[in-house]
Amino acid sequence: MQLTNRKVVVSNKEQSLAERMYLPAIAKGMMITASHLFKKSPTINYPDVKRPIAPVYRGQHVLKRDDNGAERCTSCGMCAVACPAEAITMTSGERKKGEEHLYREEKYAATYEIDMLRCIFCGLCEEACPKEAIFLTDRLVDAQFERKDFIYGKDKLVEKMDARIDVSKRQTPEVLAFKKVEGLKHNELFDAKKLNKGHKH
Amino acid sequence: MTAFIIYKAIMCVGIFVLLLASAAYATLWERKFAAFLQDRKGPSRAGWGGLLQPLADGVKMFMKEEIIPNVSNRALFILGPSLFMVTAVITSAVVPWAKPVIIGGQTYDLQITDINIGVIYLLGVASIGVYGIMIGGWSSNNKFALLGAVRASSQMISYEIPMGIALIALIISSGGSLSLKTIVEGQDAGLANIVWQPLGFLIFFICALAETNRAPFDLPECETELVGGYHTEYSSMKLGLYLFAEYINMFISSAVIATLYFGGYNFPFAHEIYAKLGLAEGSAMVSLIGFGVLLAKIFGFICLFMWIRWTLPRFRYDQLMNLGWKTLLPLSLFNLAATVVVEYFRGNIHF
Repeated sequence: MQLTNRKVVVSNKEQSLAERMYLPAIAKGMMITASHLFKKSPTINYPDVKRPIAPVYRGQHVLKRDDNGAERCTSCGMCAVACPAEAITMTSGERKKGEEHLYREEKYAATYEIDMLRCIFCGLCEEACPKEAIFLTDRLVDAQFERKDFIYGKDKLVEKMDARIDVSKRQTPEVLAFKKVEGLKHNELFDAKKLNKGHKH
Repeated sequence: MTAFIIYKAIMCVGIFVLLLASAAYATLWERKFAAFLQDRKGPSRAGWGGLLQPLADGVKMFMKEEIIPNVSNRALFILGPSLFMVTAVITSAVVPWAKPVIIGGQTYDLQITDINIGVIYLLGVASIGVYGIMIGGWSSNNKFALLGAVRASSQMISYEIPMGIALIALIISSGGSLSLKTIVEGQDAGLANIVWQPLGFLIFFICALAETNRAPFDLPECETELVGGYHTEYSSMKLGLYLFAEYINMFISSAVIATLYFGGYNFPFAHEIYAKLGLAEGSAMVSLIGFGVLLAKIFGFICLFMWIRWTLPRFRYDQLMNLGWKTLLPLSLFNLAATVVVEYFRGNIHF
């Protein structure tokens, strides 16, 4: 029974004179390599030129400050709960008098750590965040020599006032509207009509 | 007499510098050319588009730790690369680089020396060149190096014979002179020798590839089988000399091929073009143009060498020997016989 039509009968016939001279075959091979002289190299000169990345790329996290420079995070723990990799840990602190310019609300994150080796960069933390405090950005997580250096604390996560990080690509009005829909679970597409019709959740 | 010594000294130094500079940039061009053939970019970080890469490579070679194995024969271990480099460089002595210049009624040949056995000198020096590899490989006291050296010597011996016979045919058809200057001048008056010696050129070119240890004949340094071949134990600038001499050899081989078969510094309609430009024969400008033409031919052959290297896979050793003894040797003998017949009917040979 014939299973495929890929059967090939191998022939061991004697080489012809032209084949034994090898020169035509060599010329053919050399023309192949020569044709590559005129092909464009696909190389990107990496440090000088960077490959464009998607606008919704999910890279290293940032903890945003508000317009006055106060930290938005209120240490509610929603992100840590949402995190499927359990990469986020935090401890809370209470804002004292005179610290209003540092923390936006009365409760704040005294420490906030993300283990970048555990993080799977899914973005559920930013989806869960009710205060628009955490965002994933287009920055890459640097290479380190030791594991402990991959646990990013507030020193690396909170954005610096002199180097604000633009998250407008991720915090679009649609995203904000999406987050305001009550009873919406993660992973569901935004479809207000379906919700209003009492779609099962 | 003083003027003669100064002129020869300038020639020697000038050609030495030319060889070193061209070999250095041949290493860069090899990497660039390989990259272009493989859709890559090649070295581009050092200097403008990578132009300082040879300098960086040289500095790297000099700064590296120099290791001389304590089981090696120290004197011979040092002699090996030195001899290889020396033989690579002195081959250039008989190559005529440009038309003679006439300054103040005195004719200056742009050639270090025009000996009347130039072609034999070339063959002789090329054979001594293998001693550099052989001594280096043997004195390392390493099995891989020894195997590489043995391969190099048997390869050189095998390919020198068809090369020599191809040269005999060339000399018959170019008028019987062994002086490279005469051979080049003969091609100025008539056609380039390639017209009468196409098969001879092919044999000579294949043998030149084998003699310079270039792919597909680079079995002496066959890294897939022999670690590094004859220079396995070498490091630092001694290794640098071996690698560098290979490029000098390639440059000289290209120069010799261009001189013997492609008219050297001559080019078609040279005299008409010089007359049109109003340049007197023997002026410095004519020599300069001729030198440029020779360099262009050399560059073309270097590109061909590289093109072949980055296209063809390496021979197996028995295939190498088969090609040398069973194909090239009979072919060169046939070429010699055919040349004699053709030259007899052209009236250049009388019995």
